[in-house]
Amino acid sequence: MREDFREILRLVRPGTRVLDVGCGEGELLELLSREKSVDGRGVELEAQNVSACLARGLAVVQGDADRDLDHFPTKAFDYAVLSQTLQATRNPRHVLSELLRIADQAIVSFPNFGHWRVRWSLLTRGRMPETRALPEPWWSTPNIHLCSLADFAALTDDLDLRVDHAAALVRGQAARPIDPGRGIENWRAENALFLLSRRGAEPEPTGEQRDLFGA
Amino acid sequence: MDSGGAITAEDGGTWAFGPAAPLRLDSGGQLANVEIAWRSWGTLNADKSNAVLICHALTLDQHVAGTHPVSGKEGWWTRLVGPGRPLDPADWFILCSNVVGGCMGSTGPGSIDPATGAPYGLTFPVITIGDMVRAQAMLVEAMGISKLAAVVGGSMGGMQVLQWAADYPERIGACVCVASAARHSAQNIALHEVGRQAVMADPDWRGGAYARDGVRPEKGLAVARMAAHITYLSEAALQRKFGRELQNDGLSWGFDADFQVESYLRHQGGAFVNRFDANSYLYITRAMDYFDLAAPHGGVLAEAFRPARNVKFCVLSFTSDWLYPTPESRHIVRALNAAGARASFLEIESDKGHDAFLLDEPVMDSALRGFLDSVRTGR
Repeated sequence: MREDFREILRLVRPGTRVLDVGCGEGELLELLSREKSVDGRGVELEAQNVSACLARGLAVVQGDADRDLDHFPTKAFDYAVLSQTLQATRNPRHVLSELLRIADQAIVSFPNFGHWRVRWSLLTRGRMPETRALPEPWWSTPNIHLCSLADFAALTDDLDLRVDHAAALVRGQAARPIDPGRGIENWRAENALFLLSRRGAEPEPTGEQRDLFGA
Repeated sequence: MDSGGAITAEDGGTWAFGPAAPLRLDSGGQLANVEIAWRSWGTLNADKSNAVLICHALTLDQHVAGTHPVSGKEGWWTRLVGPGRPLDPADWFILCSNVVGGCMGSTGPGSIDPATGAPYGLTFPVITIGDMVRAQAMLVEAMGISKLAAVVGGSMGGMQVLQWAADYPERIGACVCVASAARHSAQNIALHEVGRQAVMADPDWRGGAYARDGVRPEKGLAVARMAAHITYLSEAALQRKFGRELQNDGLSWGFDADFQVESYLRHQGGAFVNRFDANSYLYITRAMDYFDLAAPHGGVLAEAFRPARNVKFCVLSFTSDWLYPTPESRHIVRALNAAGARASFLEIESDKGHDAFLLDEPVMDSALRGFLDSVRTGR
């Protein structure tokens, strides 16, 4: 099992409603349904993956995180999961705030661009880093909005989000709880996973929401 | 895909509801002595839990599989219904009935009005998608089926599927809605109006009473079909199929069917009038135009689906379908999400236009197979 899945499985309370954004073939949703009896839904871009989800009996809508989160009603879920996808969205800030409009808590994981391998690669080669967490060359990578752990922590502050839990993920190792404010973690964490919730006021439905849902 | 083997059990008939069980109509009236023609494949299991209702599109009928009694052609959804197919009669009891207003055995404008002894013609009441579904619900109930495992349909069939979800959510387990919409758009209505005007402009239409005079408005209906047929295809599909290819060497310098696409459309129009009634075409296109599932719910589609929260939905669209384009399906899915229903949605890449739902689309087959298997196994 993927380490981030293991960590998400640990964090999610049983019997809750979960939206998995970028759910792939539905592996995590199936795991959560089986182990935690969650009421799961998915959003996935690739038609083939949606088809695979249907065969697993999962409720999955073809769409992408940038465009199609707006259509979900406010506070429809307990958790919205966005696994290793935020850095590939066109507008990560909007996506993140949408996740926390749709759900009470968001679980977001991403590759940390501040990791020492990335820094070392850029420093020594002087070229865009290609590491085991970010293996693709700059001209073909889907990761158009990479950020470091410190960048992400700053964005959560900016959006007035509370960090309920943070963990560092390294391939093949158990998730390690971290304090994202400590500078050393920005060097050490190859991938980071955050459990977030809103600090401020309840989210407002968007204009389209009101029109569509009669709110 | 395995195409061998015969369907284990095949049945069919006409259910006559008699004067004591009239069909209540959305227009306010009712229709007595309704007859519904149906066909089925497979066997209903002991607890009657394996029934699937297929809802047909505008000019299709109950002959989903097997051989069509009029055209002699293969059923219109044999790629989905049959041994080894997503709806295998070995597992399912698959039922399809001709819509009320139709012309393949169910009561419609061509039927004899018991009050006058003559065909209804335009005295037949205007019917709606809701009326079609109410008649299906009567048939299903008469067969002793209290809950359908799934309701499946494309195009107008998809509208009926959505109507089932809104009107009888407790009597269905799952819905499959392919290449359809929750309301008819201005463009849909406009295209239908062209077809109706073509029928009514034919002098042989005779105010709808052509049966009395022993004639049929074949020219008008053929033109309606030709225009409609274009809307079922796509620019790319027409170009691929015909391009600018000529029927014969050189141009005729006249108005014969010089181009292959002209000849094709003429053939489509001609074949259609042999199997379809002109007044049925008027009534059914009207029913589609009147369809707006959100209207009785203050224009809020999610409200129509709110009672269907426990129904599983599978919504499919095709990229090149400009008759019921993907945004119409997305609109349905958004409303389902808003209502908290279990919705799945997939847009299938195809250049075949609206007709793709009837054609060779392996992604559609595998998506429906997956969805229906999950319905069958209760996942």
